[in-house]
Amino acid sequence: MNLSIKHLYGLEGVPKEDIQAILSTAFSFREVLERPVKKVPTLQGVTVVNLFFEPSTRTRISFELAEKRLSADTVNFSASSSSLSKGESLKDTIQNIFAMKIDVVVMRHPVPGSVKLLSQFVDAVVINAGDGTHEHPTQALLDMMSLQEKVGDMEGMNVAIVGDIRHSRVALSNIHGLKTMGANVMVCGPPTFIPVGIESLGVKVTYQLEEALEFADAINVLRIQRERQGTGLIPSLREYRNLYGITRERLDRLSKPITVLHPGPMNRGVEIDSDIADGEHAIILHQVLNGVASRMAVLFLLAGAK
Amino acid sequence: MNFKIKNKMADAKAMDRTITRLAHEIIEKCKGIENIAMIGIRTRGEYLAERLVAKIEKIEGVKLPLGILDVVMYRDDFRTKHKLPTIEVTHIPFDVDNKILVLVDDVIYTGRTVRAALDALIDFGRPARIQLAVLVDRGHREMPIKPDYVGKNFPTAPGEEVRVLVKEVDNEDGIQLVEEER
Repeated sequence: MNLSIKHLYGLEGVPKEDIQAILSTAFSFREVLERPVKKVPTLQGVTVVNLFFEPSTRTRISFELAEKRLSADTVNFSASSSSLSKGESLKDTIQNIFAMKIDVVVMRHPVPGSVKLLSQFVDAVVINAGDGTHEHPTQALLDMMSLQEKVGDMEGMNVAIVGDIRHSRVALSNIHGLKTMGANVMVCGPPTFIPVGIESLGVKVTYQLEEALEFADAINVLRIQRERQGTGLIPSLREYRNLYGITRERLDRLSKPITVLHPGPMNRGVEIDSDIADGEHAIILHQVLNGVASRMAVLFLLAGAK
Repeated sequence: MNFKIKNKMADAKAMDRTITRLAHEIIEKCKGIENIAMIGIRTRGEYLAERLVAKIEKIEGVKLPLGILDVVMYRDDFRTKHKLPTIEVTHIPFDVDNKILVLVDDVIYTGRTVRAALDALIDFGRPARIQLAVLVDRGHREMPIKPDYVGKNFPTAPGEEVRVLVKEVDNEDGIQLVEEER
């Protein structure tokens, strides 16, 4: 089936049928990753450029693997080693790259909305790999794929997102995606991490971790962005851990099973304890595998339809 | 595109007889059933392969391993078509190395699906041999591919298509010749 979207800027406004198609295609592609030859010729002849203007390990490797597993040709670009440092503008850099005939661009950029802007001056499929504090749609898709696999149908599922909601593109994409799929979403964190007016997206808000854990079938634990330390939003990492850290003790107090997701990279001993990250509740490594599969699905459904 | 039924070529009973014959032919040609595995090509090949496995179990008392293959990822035409096909899960729960694989599909036409299936199977390992069983051969091959077991030969004219119905998907068994309505 063809998606109704032509680019993936974010999950806001993406219809349920599209998300369902991406997830079911992703489950089909995941089987490819378990074969002796982990490669299919589906996107042969398609050229993809990965434009990363911000550091990334996981997302970049995941996209690159997804592209290679589908037999697309890939070109990598990172801001630090490029002519951007010689003073070239973003638009010029990109138009130069596209003069070389590129079909798909995967972009990460610190400025919200930059991915959408990009699609206005290139004739290619554009996929957002994270634009500032705005959205990170493929992360939310892999989170939803993992939830569907490990917990079940998302309709009516209770999902809590814990941590720095305000600076998190993962949180925003998850909220949009999960709401579309019929889940109930609660966000939890210290008040300085909760953006004003987030209730208007249809989510519940709590400042008490216990309340979020009581509510949730699954929790998505966000990374404490250490680069934002010293900005006065939280007193200290230790205090954050005491109030919002996911610990064995807290989960043992619950009378029900709970599934723990984390988008990585983890700060063990801060937002999540090692005991939980490596324990039976966590599906963090499933998320990583599903990340490759869901990115394959997005690439196939968008580039294949071009 | 609308199609009208031109001719019912086989009903459920006739189709079942054909499948029974194919099962016997497979056993005969392979001189037994040692080392054979069935691979059904989605969608309808899957159900035909299931039936062949059941028939052979009835005859020989052994249940052959069964795999299901989705070849969309290997097709050469999905980007020229108007609509993207849906990719379903491939499930081959056994090691294909050194096995005799019998690929099962409902209708062979251009041979392109089988070409894609052969490419796909090679990615799973190195089978000893791959054979092809089809319920209907409707001619018009575009590739040098010839089935080992053919249920029925139905040469078709341009604009005609052969539909194999299986009750798991279509609520009834049968083979129909259909024609494009203009």
